This record gives sequence, structure tokens and C-alpha cells, in this order.
Amino acid sequence: MFLQSFFQNVLNAMQWGSFYALIALGYTLVYGVLLLINFAHGDIFMVGAYIGFFIATLLLGHYTAALPFALSPTAIFVLSLILTMILTAGVGVAIERVAYRPLRRKGVSRLYVVITALMCGLILENGNLALLGASRRSFPELLPKAMYTVGGVVISNIKILVIVTTILVFLLLETIVRKTKIGMAMRAISYDRMAVPLMGIPVDTVIVFTFILGSSMAALAGVLFATAYPVLEPYMGALVGWKAFIAAVLGGIGEIRGAFLGGFLLGFIEIFVAAYFPSTLRDLIAFSILLMFLTVKPTGIFGVARATKI
Amino acid sequence: MSLLEIRDLTHFFGGLRAVYNLNLTLEGGELLGLIGPNGAGKTTVFNLVCGFYRPTEGEIQLLGKNIAGLRPHKVTALGIARTFQNIRLWNTLTVFDNLCISQHYLLGYGLVKSVLRTPSFRASEAKVRRTASELLELLGLNHYAKEYPKNLPYGLQRRLEIGRALSIHPKLLLLDEPAAGMNPGEVEQLIDLIRWIRTEFKLTIWLIEHHMRVVMSVCDHIKVLDFGETIADGTPDQVKQNRRVIQAYLGEEEPSYA
Amino acid sequence: MRSLSILAYVLLGILLVAGAMGNWVNSYIQLVIMYIGINIILSSSLNLVNGYMGEFSVGHAGFMAVGAYITSVLNVWFFTDSTIFGPSLFPPVSAVVLFPVTLLIGGIGAALAGLLVAIPSFRTRGDYLAIITLAVNYIVKSSIENLQVIGGARGFMGMGSVVNAMKSAVQVPWILIWVLIATGLAIWVLYRFVNSTYGKGIVAIRDDEIAAEIMSVDTRRMKMVAFMLSSGLAGIAGGLFAHVLGYINPGTFTIMKSTEVLVMVYLGGMGSLSGSVLSAVILTVGLELFRSFQVWKWVVVPLLLILLMLFRPEGLFGHRELTDVFPWLGRRFAKKERQV
Repeated sequence: MFLQSFFQNVLNAMQWGSFYALIALGYTLVYGVLLLINFAHGDIFMVGAYIGFFIATLLLGHYTAALPFALSPTAIFVLSLILTMILTAGVGVAIERVAYRPLRRKGVSRLYVVITALMCGLILENGNLALLGASRRSFPELLPKAMYTVGGVVISNIKILVIVTTILVFLLLETIVRKTKIGMAMRAISYDRMAVPLMGIPVDTVIVFTFILGSSMAALAGVLFATAYPVLEPYMGALVGWKAFIAAVLGGIGEIRGAFLGGFLLGFIEIFVAAYFPSTLRDLIAFSILLMFLTVKPTGIFGVARATKI
Repeated sequence: MSLLEIRDLTHFFGGLRAVYNLNLTLEGGELLGLIGPNGAGKTTVFNLVCGFYRPTEGEIQLLGKNIAGLRPHKVTALGIARTFQNIRLWNTLTVFDNLCISQHYLLGYGLVKSVLRTPSFRASEAKVRRTASELLELLGLNHYAKEYPKNLPYGLQRRLEIGRALSIHPKLLLLDEPAAGMNPGEVEQLIDLIRWIRTEFKLTIWLIEHHMRVVMSVCDHIKVLDFGETIADGTPDQVKQNRRVIQAYLGEEEPSYA
Repeated sequence: MRSLSILAYVLLGILLVAGAMGNWVNSYIQLVIMYIGINIILSSSLNLVNGYMGEFSVGHAGFMAVGAYITSVLNVWFFTDSTIFGPSLFPPVSAVVLFPVTLLIGGIGAALAGLLVAIPSFRTRGDYLAIITLAVNYIVKSSIENLQVIGGARGFMGMGSVVNAMKSAVQVPWILIWVLIATGLAIWVLYRFVNSTYGKGIVAIRDDEIAAEIMSVDTRRMKMVAFMLSSGLAGIAGGLFAHVLGYINPGTFTIMKSTEVLVMVYLGGMGSLSGSVLSAVILTVGLELFRSFQVWKWVVVPLLLILLMLFRPEGLFGHRELTDVFPWLGRRFAKKERQV
């Protein structure tokens, strides 16, 4: 009996952690390359969910006339996902061009860019609220829900999808960063941004690529999240975003392995705390554990402390 | 009792041995030079002495009191002041404030008194400001009192840094490459300044320097480090002719000092 | 401090209070003035840590919450008959004298909470410390939500009765008076602190912490003082805030509130007290003026701040004070400054 609920919790934790991992990834990629905490990132996740919502409902024929050819809901899902990732990546890149790049050009202190990021996040949240109203939206059910029971543990296909997707994304990103040229460029920039353009590497292009990667991962997370928990509201990115950011730091910000591990770790902490303690204590205990961990090892699990030379 | 005694000082950064078995005695009034190729561990020694690192092994005693591993601000309060290889002035505070803040440990008041402006607060502030003014005058920086350090010419910034170290009324002054980046004229001024400080303030000075003219002109005594180890120890003339020193710096050739 | 400006402030305060009592300053204006005062305390106290000391603390609302709840709970318990605590512990009229005491206790509680951030700050800076401040803000909010005895997520009320208790003794706009007094004192304390050589130690920490430590500044002690003073004042602002509203709930003290204060600090200029005061006034008044556009307010304000970052990142005043921008003001007051 205990084992059963234990594995159920493990499964839930892995799914919950997947979302954190996918979003944490965007934070860590941008931080690794720009040393910037992109506080708008959690809201990119929200934007992804909303764009997914609109594309899906459009394709389902809720706004305009139905499409001339019939598309199965699963096909709509895949199509929406791809389009959402592209469009959301566009939003991320737009923010980079309009808000972050001018500041980078001016060479101002990193703090100002962080503040700008925070403000962009606020604009996205409250812009959504202002334009679309406070009413919640319901993400259409596109994927057929199937439940399997294995040894008393209930497994839904959505959960499997989320977890498998996240693992695939992790492998894909590790490959990109370690085996491709652009990945090498990303890592080079994280070590020394000044020297890199002197070596003939187009820094801006690499940065744009980083934002594309990060934002599309957030969009992926957004659509998957909306599929698993179909209620959308403008502030959904805020809390999840902050927590994913914390997960990224927990794992060691700037490290991809850190983002994934941190995401899953936070997921595990939250789900298991909620399983054995009253649910209202969940956030409290999770944050307290985090606080204690960061006090002892501020650079996170995989993080490397940058030494100061006197 | 000697002013500073260092015994078997060894320090590792992880697996890298930065300083090895350093032994040194400094008497009051001496001017010791510490030289060696880049990466020899000279600044690490300074960092160990002033408390920024806790030595892996060894003892450091100031007037018989063990200071190894004490927090830097306490070491300063005991009488050791230093300048830095790369200038570390406080750029959003005025030159005058830079000279005041280094006297922080002398203030003797805290939040409450600073808010209430008690007489002891006023006395402390007056004393600190007096010291700062005197130093400004002595170092010829009067004109720049309200300026910001980053606006000063490089040579004057170095002078300010030395002034800041002096404001603590130190017994021992550590100078880390004070001549770095200076032109020949400024170097001559620096040599005069160091000699003058030594007599005027009755200090002991320990100097890291690459500029041989400075080293040979002002030092009583020179220690040479290479890869963290002491390879020579003696008067300037002795060191100049030491084969190992010449090898460490220049390879097999004989140097000629201009 | 410049005794002339203290006099001017006291006169202004008296004028406002008289106006409130005489009914030619209506209650809405009183409310705005109280919000301005509270925001001034919040923004200048955060400026101490984020501006003068150069840290990135994003959880100021957490300390506000600590002060708000401690003061409110004590006041309702001591001075009112409530369903939670039963009859009032002390005669209600004693609230008149004891209100500042409970306010201070709230501030002390918040200052102690500030230790949660101060101690980690010994070893970390910048981005990592920001997360810790975030976590603390969240932990405070979460903890309050779990304390059912004081209302939990539903909130806590009764402060209105506390104000009535005070009014039953003397019929004056008590909270307005206390806000004015607290604001004046907060600025006075902060001004004196940052203008002493002792206080300037925190600027040295911002400019070069290593040099500060090696040049005899006890950086740990200074960080503790700065964080505790900052969060303590935020706690006092919180206590006042609770009594302006009459009701508080944990949902008020989230990252959103912390961000509001951040906006004020960066708008005014890091390391400028005059800037914090001015931006608090501008933002409070501005937000009130645009009350009808409630929803757009938090689109426009961030947008303005982004433009600020692009074109004038140092904020309105940067590192300077009012007397640096208008030297003639400085000359008029300079004579009084002679002795220090």
C-alpha cells in the first residue's frame, strides 16, 4: 500500500518536476550566456500556453469557419505545439531585441537589465489581464486521455508524454551544447563575453539562438501544462516561473544538467511534502528547504563558484 | 620582539601549491622587498598576511600575537595596512571619504550614536576627518578632496591608495606593486614617496614590486620567490648576483639594469 | 540635520492634521497622504539595501508583512474586544500611548526577520542573494497563511476598532499623525546613518567589498545593521499600513508588492534619499490618479521603468541628493551643517 502511493507520488513528482525543468532550462541557458536572470521567462511560459490555446481553438474551428480538411485532434495538438513554439520563440526574441539588447549595447550594469526583465514580465502578465480579462480560459482537450493501472499505480498517458518529452529535450540540449558549433559558442560566451567576438563569433546571433531555444522550451512546457491542467489564467506564469527559477539556481544556474536536476528535485520536494504534510505547508517547507540549501551551497548542485582575484 | 614573524607558511588552492615553507622575520623600521616572476605567489603571501585567506599551514605572528586566519578587518585593526595590485578605491565616494572610511575600526560608535549625534560621535568624526585632512595635505591631494577617485590621474590614484592605507596608522604597510603602470617620472616620485613615508611615519614597509629600480633603490633586504618557494634572501647586491634569481627571471643570461 | 527642513516638515504635518480635523482636507486626501508616507518609508528603507549597499533584495513585502501582523495582532489583543482573543487585555484608551510601542515591536520583529537575509549575505551576493530574499518573502507569506489562529489566508481584521479605541480618548486623525511622525523619523534616521562615516561603510561595501573588509570595515556587522534597519522600517510601514486599511491578508504581501517598492527605488535613484522620497510621492499620486485605469496601471508603470532603464538608468537622482541637483539649496542649508 505504501509502496503504491510512493510510486504514485514518484510519478506525479516527475511530471510536476518536468514542467519546472523545462522552464528552468530557459533561465539557465540565458543566464549561462548573458549572466542575466530573465525574469520575464516565467511569463513566456504563460504566453506559450495562451498562444497554444488560441491556435488550438482556431484550428478547431471555434473562431472562423472550420478548415476545409479534417484534422484529427492529435494532429491539431502537434500542429499547435509546433506553431506555438515558433511564435513564442518570436516573442522571446522580440523582448531580447527591444529591451535587452539596447541596454547591452550601452554597457550598463547588469542590474538594469535584470530590472528591465522583471518589468517585461509584469507587462506580459498585466497586459494579458488587461486585454483578455480576468476570466480563466479552458484549454481544449486535444489528446485522448488514457489511464493505465500498473500495480495499483495510476498512470495517465499525458504524464508519460510530459516526462518522456522532458527527457528527450534534455538529451537534445546536451547534444546541442556539447556537440555543435553553436553550442560551443554558447559555452564560450559564458566564460568570456568580451573575447568571443574577437574570435569571429557573432555574439548577437548566438544570443538570439539561445533565446529561441529557451523560449520554445517554455512554450513546450506551457502547452503540455495546459494539456495536463487545462485552466489558464494570466498569472499562471508568475508563481511557476519563480519556482522554476529557484529550481535552476538549486541545480546550479548556467548548467543544463543543473536545470533539469533542479527542476525534478523541486518537483519531488513539493509533491512529497504535499503527500505527507498538510497541503498548505507545501510551499513553506519547499522554500525553507531551498533557503537552507542555498545558505550552505549558494552555487547550487552543479554550479561552480567564480573565484575573485585580488 | 620582531614586528612580523612568519613560520613555515604554506598555502594550497585545491591541488595548486601557491606558497611553500615561507619563513620570514621583519623588524620594526625595515623595508623588505618581495620579488619573483609572475605567479610566484607574492600577492598570495600578502593575502595570507592580511587575513583574506586562512593559511593551509604555518604561523603568522604580529608582535607575538597570532593573526593567521583572523578576519581581515581585525588584522587591519591590529596594525597592518595594504594597497592592491589593481587599484581598489571606492569610486562613488569622494577622495576625502575614501580616506575617512578606512578608519572605520577607529570610529567606536554604532547606529544609535550616529543617529543621535552624541558628543562621542562628534569627537570620533572630528578625529577621523582631521586625520584625513592631514593626509590629503601631506600627499598633496588637497585639490582633489571632493573629486571621485576614478577621475584622478593614475599616479594620483595610487598615491591615494597609499594614503588610505596610511590613514589606519599602521605599524606595517604592505605595498603590492605600487609602481605598476607608472611612467619613469612617476616612478621617481614613488621612490621618494616611499622613502619619505618610511621616515615620516616610522613604519615598516613590505613591498612587492617588479620594477627593479624601485626595489634596488629602497629595499634594505629582498626575498625572492619562485613557484611559491623562497629561492634567495639577502641584500639587493647579493640578490642581484644570485644565479638562481637570474635564472628564474631571465633564463641563463646576465641582466643589465639600466 | 538641517533644522530648517525639520521645522518645515513639522509645520506641514501640523497643517495637514489641522486640515484633517477641520474637514478641509477630506478623508480621501488623508488616505493618499498616508499611503505616500508609508511608501516613503518602504522605498527609502529598501534603498538602504538595494541602493546604498548595492544588493538586490526583492522580498521587501515579506518584512512589511511581519511588522503588519505583529503590530495588528498585539493591538487587537491588547486594546479591543475580539472574537479571537476575548476582551481587551488593557483598557482601550491606553492604545493612545501604547500604539507606538506595538509599532516598534512589529518593527523589531521585522528586523529579526531581516536576519534571515542578512546572514546568507555574508557569503553570497547578487543573483543568489536575490533568490534568498525571494524565498524569505515567500516563506513569511506562507507561514502567515498557515497560522489559522490569526486568520490564515482569510486575513486578519480588527484594526478599525483599535483606531476607534484611540479616538475614544482624543478625537484626532490618529493614524495620519502616526504616519507623519513615522515617516519623518524614518527619513531622519536614515539620513543621519548614511551621512556618517560609519554609514558610508555600506557604500564602501557596494563599491568594493573586498577592499572594505581589508580596510577595517567589519562587513558582516555593517550588512547586519543595514538589512535589519531596512527590514525593521519596512515592518513599521507594514504596521501603519495595517491600521490604514483596517484589514490585512497575506495575499497583499507578495512579490507584486515587493516589485512595487523596487520600482520606487529604481525610479528615484539608487543611493539617493531624496530620490526615494520623490519617487514614492510621484508613484503613489500617479497610481491614484490612474485608479480608473486600474488594470493598465501595471502595464504602464513597468513600461515607464523600462524606458527609464533605457534612457536614464540611474533614476531621477542617481547617487545624488536634492542639494546636489540644486546647489543653491545646499548653500542655504550648508551653514547648519558646519559642525559635523
